[in-house]
Order: sequence, then C-alpha cells, then structure tokens
Amino acid sequence: MQSFIDGLIASGAFGGLPAEAVYPAMMFLFASLVVFGFVLPLVTITIWLERRVWSRIQSRVGPNRVGPQGVLQGLADGVKNILKEDVVPDAADRPLFVFAPYLLVWGFLATFVVIPFSSALVIADLNVGILYIVAIVALSAVGVLMAGWASNNKWSLLGGIRSAAQVVSYEIPAGLALLPVVLLTGTLSTQGIIQAQGWAPWDWFLFHSPFTFIAAFAFYISALAETNRTPFDIPEAESELVAGFATEYSGFRFALFFLAEWGSLYVTGAIMAVLFLGGWQIPTGWTNNTVVLNIAQLTVFFLKAYFWVFLAMWIRATLPRIRVDQMMSLCWKYLVPLGFVNLVGTAVWMVIWPEGNAFVPYLMVVGTLALIVIFFRRVLYHLRRAKPELYFNPAI
Amino acid sequence: MSLAGYEFEVQRDDGLATEEMTLNMGPQHPSTHGVLRFVVKADGEIMRTALPDIGYLHRSIEKISEKVGYHGFMPYTDRVDYVSAMQCNQGWAMVCERAAGIEVPRRGEFCRIIACELGRIASHLLSVGTMVMDIGGMTPFTHAIREREKVNNLLEDLCGARLTFNYMRIGGVAWDLPPGYAEQVTAFLDQFEPLIAEYNDLISYNKIYVERLANVAAVSKEEAINYNLVGPNLRGCGFQYDVRRDEPYSIYPELDFDVPVGTGEVGTLGDCFDRYIVRIKELKESCKIVRQCLDMIPDGPVLARVAKKLKPPVGDAHVRVEASRGDMGWYVVSDGSEFPYRTKIRTGSFSAMSIVDKLSRGIMIADLIALIASLDVVAPEVDR
Repeated sequence: MQSFIDGLIASGAFGGLPAEAVYPAMMFLFASLVVFGFVLPLVTITIWLERRVWSRIQSRVGPNRVGPQGVLQGLADGVKNILKEDVVPDAADRPLFVFAPYLLVWGFLATFVVIPFSSALVIADLNVGILYIVAIVALSAVGVLMAGWASNNKWSLLGGIRSAAQVVSYEIPAGLALLPVVLLTGTLSTQGIIQAQGWAPWDWFLFHSPFTFIAAFAFYISALAETNRTPFDIPEAESELVAGFATEYSGFRFALFFLAEWGSLYVTGAIMAVLFLGGWQIPTGWTNNTVVLNIAQLTVFFLKAYFWVFLAMWIRATLPRIRVDQMMSLCWKYLVPLGFVNLVGTAVWMVIWPEGNAFVPYLMVVGTLALIVIFFRRVLYHLRRAKPELYFNPAI
Repeated sequence: MSLAGYEFEVQRDDGLATEEMTLNMGPQHPSTHGVLRFVVKADGEIMRTALPDIGYLHRSIEKISEKVGYHGFMPYTDRVDYVSAMQCNQGWAMVCERAAGIEVPRRGEFCRIIACELGRIASHLLSVGTMVMDIGGMTPFTHAIREREKVNNLLEDLCGARLTFNYMRIGGVAWDLPPGYAEQVTAFLDQFEPLIAEYNDLISYNKIYVERLANVAAVSKEEAINYNLVGPNLRGCGFQYDVRRDEPYSIYPELDFDVPVGTGEVGTLGDCFDRYIVRIKELKESCKIVRQCLDMIPDGPVLARVAKKLKPPVGDAHVRVEASRGDMGWYVVSDGSEFPYRTKIRTGSFSAMSIVDKLSRGIMIADLIALIASLDVVAPEVDR
C-alpha cells in the first residue's frame, strides 16, 4: 500500500504535494472505501440474513420485497433512517449525546483492521492483533455508557449502567478464553495464529485439546455478552427498559447503534474463525494463481465466520433473556474459573505433548460429527412430527 | 421520600448520599400490555415498591349500560375484556336472563360454551405468548399467535368477528353453528393439542425461562384469598377453585374436565412459573371441553323468543362466570324499565393489580415484568 502511494507521489500524480499531506488523505480515502464498499454491505447483509433466519424460525415470511428475496431491505431501512429527523432531547447532554453512537461504531470498525480475510487481505497484521481487538472492543462499552448517561432518561441510564457492568465483567472470561490459543502459538498476531493451524478440522485449535474446545465456547458466550446479544441483551431489554440506552435516539444515530450491533456480531464470528477454526486455511497445491487462491480463502473464511453468526441468530431466536444477577453469576462463578482451568490445562497439555496429542484431535472431530448427526436426527424427528402445512416454502 | 404513605430510606455504610430513583413504567411501556402505569421506586435494579396507577382506559362502560338498554349493551361487553370477549358476552347475557327469567334453548347453551372455550384458548395463547416475550424470547410468541389466528378464524366463521364478537344474545346466541363447523373445530383441535407439548419443549421447561420465573413473586394461598386473586392466578397458588366446577352454570355440570392447579414443580408454590403453567394446562382442558360439546350438542333452536324491549321485573340479579382471567361477576339492578338501573362488573385483572405493590418489594425490575405478565393483567379489564 505504502509503496503504491510512494510510486504515485514519485510519478507526480499529486502535483508536488508533500508526502505528509498525501498519506493522511490517502488513508482517509482508503478507509472510506473500506467502510462504504465493504463494511456497510456486510452489515446490511447480516441484518437481512438475521431477519430472514428469524422469520423462518418464527414461521413467518420476513422481508422479501426490496430486491431479490429482500436483500436490499437494509438499504431501504438505512435511507428511511437518514431521512428521519434527528431529535436531541432538550435535557440531554448534547455533545455526549451526539458523539456516543460514533464511538460505538468506531469500536467495531477499528477491529476490521486486524481481521485477516485471506493470506493477503489484511489491513494491518499487527503483532499485538488479539490484544488490539480486546482493547478496541471495550470502546463500545464507553459509547453505550455515554449514550445512556447523556440521554438524561432513567431507562437509558439503567441500560447504560447494565451495559458497563456487563462488558467490563465479560472482558475477563473473554480474555482468559483467548489465552490458551496464545499459549499454543506464542504469538498475538492474527495471521500468525491462522498459520499455526491447518485446513483440516483436526488441525484447528477448536479440536486441539478438550481445553481449547471448552475455551472456544467460553469465548463465544463471553463475546455474545459483550455484543449485547440475546440471552445477554440486558442493556437494551425492550420489555424492561423500553430500548435501553437507545431509547432517546432517532434517525441516523439510532441506525448507527444497529450498525454497530450487527457489525460486532460479524466481528465475533470472524474472531472465532481466526482463533479456533483455522481462519482462511484451505488445502494448498491445487492452484498457483494468487487471486484465485485468495478468493477461495476469502470464501472459506466467510463461511466459517457466518457459521458463528448463524449460531448467534439461532440462539437469539430460541432463548429468553437472563436477569442481571444471573448474568453476573454466570460470569464470575462459572466462566472465569473455567477460563483459569482452561489456561492451566492447556499449559499442562503443552508440557506433556509439546507437539500436540496425535490421537485426541481425531477423536474430538469424530465426537463432534456424531453430535451433529444426532442433532439433525432430532430435528428431522420434529419436522416429521409437525404438520408440514406449518412450514413455509423456503423461497417465498 | 414518601409516596402514597410509604416511607423509604436508602442507607449506606460509607455515608455517601444516595437517593432512590422514581421510574414511570407506563402508560406507554412495552410490557404493560396496554395503558397501565406503575410508579416504581427503585434502588438501582432492586425495587422498593411499584404502585399501580390505573384509569387510563376507563370508558364508563357500566354507565353506558344505563343509557343503551339490555340488548344494546351486548356489543359494549366485548370491550370489557377484548382479549376474551366471549365470556363477557356470556356474563351479560346470563345476568339479564336471570333478571328477566328467560330460559335458553339447550343448543344455544352448547354454542355458548363452544365459543367461550375457543375464546379461552385464544386468550391463554396470547397470555403465555406475551409472557415469554416479556421474558425476552421472541419465537414462542409468534408460534402462539399463529395458533391464535386459527382460533380467530374459527370464531370468525362462527360470528363474523375476530376480536369483539358480539355473538351472544339475551336468550341464546345470534347464529347457529355454520355447516361443517364441528369438523373444522375437530381438525383444529387435532392439530393444536400436540402443539401444546411442542410449546412446552420450546420454552416452558427451558432452563433460562424456568430460572427467570421460579421463586419469583410467590403468593401463598391465604394471601391470594385476602387479595382476591381469581382464576389462573388463584389456582396457581394451589387453591383448586373454578367457578365452572364449584358454582356451575350453563351446561358445565354435564361436562368432564379437570381444574389444574399450581404444584410448585420448579420452585415455590404460587410463583410466576405456577401461574404460567396453569394456563398451559388449561389449554388442554379447554380442548377437552370443546370436544365434548361437539359430541353432545343437540338439535333445536339457538335463541329463545325475547321481547325487543326487555323489561325485567324490579329487582336485581348477580351471576359469576369463569372468564379467562378468572371469576367475573356481573350484577344488574332493574327498576322495571327497559334500561338497567345500575350495572356492576367485577373483573379479575382489577383485583390482581392490588397485589402488585406487595409482591414487588425487594424484587428486581426484570422480575416486575415477569410478575405483571404472569398475573395476565389486561388493561381494559382493569378500568372498564
């Protein structure tokens, strides 16, 4: 990237502007391109997918009018939200109120910097990548707390306080669940972690040992809590706190909250794919074309990330919400001790089998496959038992 | 701080000044099911008190009856509890029949019970569906509403309306069952009854759901009687009382059905879960009653001959019907003219509101939502 811009400067494309002015301008341009060309469509598609998945689970049709199968629904909603009046309550703390949604969006957009979509497609392969993600995601808690406080509404304040308590608590099990992987690879770089895994399931860290397996799900649960997803959507619990921290927001600022929510959902899926599912790893040797290889890696990465996204949608459609005290006890009584057990267990595992156990990963893959088969047999049983008329045609 | 005579102080060991938060829950709050208002005093997430403030939906329905006459009041009774309007229809029809000494044809009584029990299924489906939605689960609500739509279709076939039925008349019902109605209803029941088990699989015994409801806002038998809880709220405390069985009216003595009660199967007896599960069990009983009625229904007229201008003799009459929200009392005083002198409606939701303040002390805000949902309060029934 830098060499490309250097080349442009050398060829006089900017009319002799100093390099110090060109770099920020190009960075801004590139960032805007990434945001509008990649992240916004990504979030729009995720929202559409969620609504369609939900509606299938809830035996209704869902949005299917705007564009083929309703794919462009998010665009229509976005336009509607931009055209709405942006109301700032009189009693609100205006600067904070106006700024809070941006902080939230910033928190999730910045994580895209270190997500490796393929072996070449990564904005910056920081050597502290994982640490960076953990740090930057916490920004959204500041945004939510700020929104809750600045709204000058008691429901918003309760939502903001709940969110702060929740995110601060769940940072700890999330961080602890990341550590086994960091222990195994000895690096914090996202690309480094992916390169330490292979394309086959038994090379993934998910199946490396029972401890990493548990750590993966502990991280997933903590990440759901950090992104305020059901069953941890306590900060915006619409039946208790109206809309929580977003109660007083309208128009585009309100849309930004949802942009951030579904954006962080994708980020969660991507981090899960990077850490535990081997990221973009695919079998090598079948092509020498770099572009084809990168597209294949991108596809594999998206499939893995969207598996976790789909799982989160499924969970959201299935489970009710837990209470504040139950959320805290889940975190401190179960997930944090489990995180320490995983950490110590992985360390012991590494001492006993420094190169990894040769047998356990295969066993765990087979066990997981067996679980999936049993699960789908149960689903088929229920489908047969239910009256077919209850289910809609999948392509309405 | 004081509110309606309650004094509360927040004391902290470290001497920092702190004050209670006064929250207005409603009248436009998503989980107050209409326009109810609760003035909540909260210390953070823990509530000190929640005082119900009612009257936002008062429409002077009782007074209207004094101006529109006995027959003309029937459509207004739909609006007393628009979630299960059939039983309100029946209450008014019965009290007028008792005041004027009218005998209802036997087929008419069966039509009434079929309609009422279908209405009870619809009402309980809405109740358990919104209850799960208040706890945060979205899917069971749509599944319950999907089934409720089918009941509404059946009731639409019966009387042309889906919500405010105006089906019953003093002396019987407005229309006979449409042709093929028994088959339609049986087909629905055959399909619906297994779905109750599916609903239980889906949510009733879900770990999170049970944890949210168990041991929350438990009511003892004595408390329930003192606070005049009725219907599923009373039976949830383990007290087996049902107007249909204990003070039978219409054809209920001939029918065979159980009165499910709460057993405290996941927590304390009389907690939110017991009130919820009683409604689920009553769905099955209602299905049973409808099936029996369809088997036993005789031929004949459905509407007795009643004077256009009904003038009951001077006196008063009182009946009780088991509506979806419990024992509903109807009282009418006649002065011999064609207009009632006074009408009084006693509803279950109104008395249920009185216990909210007592139960809400010391529980969390999220529990208050569960409590209100489990009491199955419907705003128009509170205010009338």
